[in-house]
Amino acid sequence: MASADAVISIRDLRKSFPTADGGRITVLHSVTFDVMRGETLVIMGGSGCGKSTLLNCLIGELPIDEGAILYRTNEMEEAVDVTGLREREFNNIRRRMGILFQSGALFNSMTLAENVALPLREHSYVEESIIDIVVTLKLQQVKMLAHRDKMPTQLSGGQKKRAGLARATALDPEILFYDEPSAGLDPVTSTAIDELIMDLSSKLQVTSVVVTHEMDSAFRIADRMVMLDKGRVLRIGPRSDFESIRDADPASLSTADDRLINQFLNGYSDGPLTDAEGMSEFEKLIIGTALSEDRTTA
Amino acid sequence: MSIQPAASESGEPAALRRAVEAIGATAGSAIDRTVQFVETVGGTVRLTGSALAWTVRGLFLPSVKLGRASLVEQMVRVGVRSIAIVMLVEAFIGSILALQLAPTLESYGQIQMIANVVAIAIVRELGPLITAIVLSGFAGASIAAEIGAMVESEEIKALRAHAINPIRFLIVPRFLATTMMIVGLAVIADVIGVLGGFLTSWLALGITPETYFESTRAALVIRDFITGLTKAGVFGGLIAMIACHAGMTVKGGAVGVGNATTSTVVKSIVAIIGMDAVFTAIFYAFGW
Repeated sequence: MASADAVISIRDLRKSFPTADGGRITVLHSVTFDVMRGETLVIMGGSGCGKSTLLNCLIGELPIDEGAILYRTNEMEEAVDVTGLREREFNNIRRRMGILFQSGALFNSMTLAENVALPLREHSYVEESIIDIVVTLKLQQVKMLAHRDKMPTQLSGGQKKRAGLARATALDPEILFYDEPSAGLDPVTSTAIDELIMDLSSKLQVTSVVVTHEMDSAFRIADRMVMLDKGRVLRIGPRSDFESIRDADPASLSTADDRLINQFLNGYSDGPLTDAEGMSEFEKLIIGTALSEDRTTA
Repeated sequence: MSIQPAASESGEPAALRRAVEAIGATAGSAIDRTVQFVETVGGTVRLTGSALAWTVRGLFLPSVKLGRASLVEQMVRVGVRSIAIVMLVEAFIGSILALQLAPTLESYGQIQMIANVVAIAIVRELGPLITAIVLSGFAGASIAAEIGAMVESEEIKALRAHAINPIRFLIVPRFLATTMMIVGLAVIADVIGVLGGFLTSWLALGITPETYFESTRAALVIRDFITGLTKAGVFGGLIAMIACHAGMTVKGGAVGVGNATTSTVVKSIVAIIGMDAVFTAIFYAFGW
């Protein structure tokens, strides 16, 4: 079922949410792909395409409706389906993961050093002196050692993300998840975070899953990329595939999906993403009226 | 072509429809509130169940860490910081009781009975109750706000992502700290309440210290302390769990945190007084 070298295998994942009027809205339709050992996979897509939901499903924060999510970490004989797995068993897998949240999600009542030390204190029985060394190393790795005794509220957004990254790597994870690592950061800080991600993935040999809609950052760090649109996987492939679609002339692309990806990657305002079929009822109503007015005046 | 007025716009049917709609809306919101109430109570009970389960596991399994440091931190926060307020309020309560009782007891020629009534009322009832009400504003509100803010800033999600159970890590220390500290606070409240009654009786009503303390000693039995302090412990648990549940279920940003704080105080006070009535009925039935 799952490929031999896949760390995470997602199979026919479906997730829906209840709506206010009593119905259900499906956010992810039959999503299937693998994340290979040691690679950096970037999940892209516009706002509301389901990429954050997908991430939350992967880390066990949201239960899924149908399908399977299989994990196979180094010590596992075979892949384990985590859907419906008990919290305590899932926690064994979570100990092999690190997650960098969008806001950093540092514990505000603790200093940076305590934040980084927490996973170590909770999940190991090492002495405080050793914890102190590990904390120093991890903070050094993200160039935040100077701030070790500061509280999270005293830090800037970029510093919080660096510190969050130090905490996420405290237990030397095999898999690192990044939720919008460069969102809300200036270009220089954003590049620095990207470099840090690449640096960590080469030094620690981790498998990285990055959810983002910042294209510059995505093309810098990705080995492979996944494009999601309206809860479906449009395309998955190596970075070079996406680069060639990005650089192609929209008219020369044969499929609608490729034209859509081309539009997204280049950030064009015209294209299949903004055509009537991709719009909500409300948008059709507004823009449809404008178009017909245009025609009558012409 | 003349336009006929629509039937529904002509007086009676419209008024009738509005009335039916109003009744329907009231019934609908009543149902919503009932559902909400049942959800809150059910959620709080479930949360309490898992907090108790983690406490037991923490006591008997060496592999489960309960975090002594965080327990002490919470005890200081819940208990030590509210001592002064509890003392102040309870001194007033003792004094008020003595002054309110004085005219009635005097008319029966039983003014020295003030000590008995104050002692029983404070130790069995007002010591634990007033302490709990002060704590619901003091500790309950701050616990709800703190946990609510942690939910909003993804801290709870981060805990889970690090395979750290938020119930064990956050809720158990708050639950234990509030339950333990409120018992200690109730003891202080009892002493200060009786002293407040004594000072008023001595200075304003002319009862001698010997008479007052002799009556107090004669009036109180160990059972009074046990029932009072048991209630206090339960009230403490109620406050902590209502606050934690409100915090954990926060939705909608800063406004949600504000709502959780307010609703914690209201729900705690209602729950405390309701629970007090249950306890009093039970103690009365068994003659305790």
